Amino acid sequence: MSYPDWLDLNATWFVLVGVLFTGYALLDGFDLGVGALHLFTKKDEHRRIMLNAIGPVWDGNEVWLVTGGGALFAAFPVVYATVFSGFYLAFMLLLVALIFRAVAIEFRSKQPMRWWRQMWDVGFAGGSLLSSFLIGVAMGNIAWGVPIDERGDFAGTFVGLLHPYALLLGVTTVALFMMHGAIYVVMKTEGELHDMVRGWINHTIIFFIICYATTTMATLIYVPHMAEAVRNTPWLFAVAVANMLAIANIPREIHHGRDFRAFLSSCAAMVALMTLFGLEMFPNLVLSNPNPAHSLTIYNAASSPKTLSIMLTIALIGVPVVLAYTVSIYWIFRGKVKLDRMSY
Amino acid sequence: MDVLLLSRIQFAFTVAFHYLYPPLSIGLGVCLVIMEGLWLKTGNPLYHQMARFWTKVFALTFAIGVATGIVMEFEFGTNWATYSRYVGDVFGSALAAEGIFAFFLESGFLAVLLFGWDKVSRKVHYFATWMVCLGAHFSAVWIVVANSWQQTPAGFRIEETPFGPRAVITDFWAMVFNPSSVDRLSHTLMGCWQAGAFLVISVSAFYLLRRRHEAFAKASMKVGLAVAVVASLMQLVTGHSNALGVIKNQPAKMAAFEGHYETGELPIYLFGWVDEKNERVRGVALPLPLSRLMLGGMTPVKGLREFPPEDRPRVNTNFQLYHLMVGIGFGLIALSLAAAFLCWRGRLFNQRWLLWVLVFSVLGPQIANQAGWFAAEMGRQPWIVYGLLRTSEGLSAVVKAEAVLTSLILFALIYVLLFAVFVYLLNDKIKHGPDDADLVPTGKLALPSRPKPDAAPPAQPV
Repeated sequence: MSYPDWLDLNATWFVLVGVLFTGYALLDGFDLGVGALHLFTKKDEHRRIMLNAIGPVWDGNEVWLVTGGGALFAAFPVVYATVFSGFYLAFMLLLVALIFRAVAIEFRSKQPMRWWRQMWDVGFAGGSLLSSFLIGVAMGNIAWGVPIDERGDFAGTFVGLLHPYALLLGVTTVALFMMHGAIYVVMKTEGELHDMVRGWINHTIIFFIICYATTTMATLIYVPHMAEAVRNTPWLFAVAVANMLAIANIPREIHHGRDFRAFLSSCAAMVALMTLFGLEMFPNLVLSNPNPAHSLTIYNAASSPKTLSIMLTIALIGVPVVLAYTVSIYWIFRGKVKLDRMSY
Repeated sequence: MDVLLLSRIQFAFTVAFHYLYPPLSIGLGVCLVIMEGLWLKTGNPLYHQMARFWTKVFALTFAIGVATGIVMEFEFGTNWATYSRYVGDVFGSALAAEGIFAFFLESGFLAVLLFGWDKVSRKVHYFATWMVCLGAHFSAVWIVVANSWQQTPAGFRIEETPFGPRAVITDFWAMVFNPSSVDRLSHTLMGCWQAGAFLVISVSAFYLLRRRHEAFAKASMKVGLAVAVVASLMQLVTGHSNALGVIKNQPAKMAAFEGHYETGELPIYLFGWVDEKNERVRGVALPLPLSRLMLGGMTPVKGLREFPPEDRPRVNTNFQLYHLMVGIGFGLIALSLAAAFLCWRGRLFNQRWLLWVLVFSVLGPQIANQAGWFAAEMGRQPWIVYGLLRTSEGLSAVVKAEAVLTSLILFALIYVLLFAVFVYLLNDKIKHGPDDADLVPTGKLALPSRPKPDAAPPAQPV
């Protein structure tokens, strides 16, 4: 298929990769958040209900990351190569965390022994926390900029990636996913567990807002290039306002017992955050700091126009189908979680 | 140790471990479609019990397959960055297509397959089973296409960029249907069917020997044998076609498989040992006329001496891996045919010695799959993309040996743990056996799929 000339394929793929990673954040975000909250519940029954709340869907949610990674590889192979090899140890840790998260969900309830369940509980919670944190650290480094040489290779060190701004974004991501996960649990549970987690939501919101405010201040002071787009085009400030309104709306909806709308608010807040991040990065994909001339952009790091257009065709065929059955599967598993003999 | 060797070991180790599981999921997927289909067709609750039990085994293999599969996707970028820049335009598209067309399908409907038994109707559940099975096959399609492009690149041109040369797609379908795609895909899929079928056969044989769950075991055995016979016989066709393809497209690889140094007629060895120093093979070969017949006149076959030493793969290692795969392949054909024949004659279930062989037969496809893939990948060396990019040139420039050693140790520890837990849980499931409660469908499945024939006809308005 050929596309009209006015269509900037590179920018389209910037948006599409962004959509895939946003989808990942919205969906696996609550899985990771549930994992982060897992050890705060003590009763085995509560832990099982929380696991089963994400049971049928977490695996499909992780596919958004796999596909986002695949799309990045296909559309912007230079970025894929530079970031993955540059962040080597961090990404290996992320893999380990994701492996533990995945197998812990599957293995935990297969045996009744206390030590067995505790071991996988720690694997699940630790894996989820570490994954969220490392994803945030990676985002922080992308925003801050990383040293890149003229061959497009990373020229920094592993320790260099752990600067305060990146760590701050790591913590902020954990806070965001915890908030998102808590709302999801409230939406999917009833009775004692529901009331308990409902009481946590305000704490998670406060935790997130503190992190978010700190991140915003740090960004304005230390990472001014991440506020440039909004400074130059003031109406984009509306996205930041929409984000704050969405977050402020969460406690209100929870207060009125409208859990699903609270969840949608939380999703909206995350979409706004990712949009801001995308707007500020555009057209860069990885900023080179200190030498901006070596930055990887959607033009110098992209695949050939032919490949981008083939991939766009694949996406136009595949994505609507994927969305259709993803929605039907969430529909099949709608409602409050009940434990039965198929449950984890 | 140098970073090249460590990176190769790490990739080989992580992908070999991963590849224990997807073949089981693909093969079990086919068995599940058959079992559930039989249940819908006959209404015999035994088939429902079978579908439920094997779904649980499937879930276990699937979970580890997913958890260890994401590692490879990351490793292309982390350890093989130069390779990723070189092939991203081509290889990346296949990987992205795998995500969109296969993984979403598989993981989405997996939820219904595992947790939807009581929530959806029989037909919807059966549809989900089909979709999971198809999704698993699609993922094999795209990853084997990508791998085949590395073996026999097609539909591309090389262009220079500021970050080094790269391959760019010129013809998408020529890339997808490159000269080895179809052969290698069919051979891989049949290997997966064998892996799943022989797991079913092995567990069933074990129950029969112990005289437990006999009705269940006999019915499962028949399904397993049916799939095993089809897949094993298909391997004759796909394996043969593959071998001819390798002679044509990757002559150095076939020369290494048979220890063939001097260009000329290719002897087909049954087994042997390659003396790499003196460039000769000690072993037993088929008579030359027979080899000639099997190769369909493809002579002369290029020998290794036509390739400079730096362009040759390891010879004896590849020879052994290849012959191990072929040997087991023929063993599995004989075994599945013998067992199916005895089963048809009604004599299989009291041949205790054969049942014992069948219990251990589960290892056959696993070893053959691993040996086959090691031969396919090591036979491609020293190239990472055949004839275009050397493996040593594909590394990440910035990753140090210490970092790779660290991650390799980490993976080794975790995978040993995972394997131990997998074996423990699988053993536990097998010991526990099928649930008698599953003989009675519950929830929406308990509703009849079509109105009973003896039900009263709807009242006609008068």
